[in-house]
Amino acid sequence: MRRVTLPAGREEIARLRAGDGVLLSGVIYTARDAAHMRFRELLDAGKPLPIELRGAAIYYAGPSPAPPGTVTGSIGPTTSSRMDAFAPRLIRLGLLCTIGKGARSEEVIEAIKERCAVYLAAVGGAGALLAERVISSETAAFPELGAEAVRRLIVRDFPATVAVDATGRDIYAEGRAAYLRAAADAGGR
Amino acid sequence: MRVVTPDAVTETVARLFRDANVHLPPDIRAAVDAAAGSEAWPAARRTLETIRENADIAEAGNIPMCQDTGMVCVFLDIGFDARIGGDVYKAVDAGVARGAAEGYLRASIVRDPLRRENTGDNTPAAVYIDLVPGDRVKITVAPKGFGSENASRVKMLRPADGVRGVLDFVVSAVEDAGGGACPPVVAGVGIGGNFDKAALLAKRALLRPVDEPNPDPCYAALERELLERINALGIGPMGLGGRTTALGVSILSAPTHIAGLPAAVNISCHVTRHLSETL
Repeated sequence: MRRVTLPAGREEIARLRAGDGVLLSGVIYTARDAAHMRFRELLDAGKPLPIELRGAAIYYAGPSPAPPGTVTGSIGPTTSSRMDAFAPRLIRLGLLCTIGKGARSEEVIEAIKERCAVYLAAVGGAGALLAERVISSETAAFPELGAEAVRRLIVRDFPATVAVDATGRDIYAEGRAAYLRAAADAGGR
Repeated sequence: MRVVTPDAVTETVARLFRDANVHLPPDIRAAVDAAAGSEAWPAARRTLETIRENADIAEAGNIPMCQDTGMVCVFLDIGFDARIGGDVYKAVDAGVARGAAEGYLRASIVRDPLRRENTGDNTPAAVYIDLVPGDRVKITVAPKGFGSENASRVKMLRPADGVRGVLDFVVSAVEDAGGGACPPVVAGVGIGGNFDKAALLAKRALLRPVDEPNPDPCYAALERELLERINALGIGPMGLGGRTTALGVSILSAPTHIAGLPAAVNISCHVTRHLSETL
């Protein structure tokens, strides 16, 4: 597992390869459907976003409420494809890393390649395990959105897999094909 | 006539909603364990190990396994000789709100699909009431995440499409769902009825334990064939490649019209949750 400190530089992001396991430490922001719609409204109106996108990592997640004495509730990834309509624009504005689950569109992969960014996959449904890797959580924007508010998280050793790397290689296409080749080879022997 | 109080319904729904989110059903846990033991593909095995570890952490900490604690489906099977002494829908929603507050479950419901204002307490539930023989009330609470719900489908096939048409439809729905629906999935399949009945059959099929086949040998064989075809897709746990794309397939069927062959598939993630209690 490769350790990555966030925010990371483009050189470090460029070294990540599709399929690599990574452990993330540092700052990531949560944002999902409603927050992305707010981002779009602000950008369309020519207004600044409430977070600095340049070099940032956005985690597509909306945690369950934190029980007393804990940092966060369960906090697994949500389906990234719902944010595909927003991601290319944000990546071209400097967003370096997105984290979620499931495959991305051609347009997103194109933007990742063009800007030397990265898309990471966390294990969906593993919200309790991932919550243990969050060491602080504060609301950064849109508190009225509740679970969909933008949160600034500090994480330590947050596990993820490189799903789309800076060269545009996509683990959702490659992983399945590689498995099927291996299974066919094993069957043919 | 036996009376079950609305308070008893509320208390039961609250407890089942909390518990269903914390404890993986034993049949699902056993299926994940078995898959982890037989998966040869490293990324798949690693993901299944993470899923197992996550279930243990949730159990030990009494916290929800997944942050999407679901839109709550409540099935009430009310005996012909039983009566709920009050507003059953209010009683269920009071239970959902209490369970969400006490269990620190996420408020995931918006009041209107287009205006999208969060109700703040995860109500209302989707409630389905059936009248059944006896004087008891069986309550089943099934919180359902939307990553997999979004991948679900209904299709009005033609009678001539036959068994092959239904099977191809189910396999292609799971294939298109890919990694976003949190595989390994459970596929609930409804065949027959009409447009709405097929969807409800598919949802109800998810309540059957994955290690319990359809009692009709013909449908049990179709379940086995579907599982084999789905697990030959290569999508694997979380879509990273591997054998384990589904943990199980459950089919429910119903009479239908001479002109139709409705089919529905309700895809459920590896955190397939449901708990029942009889009052």
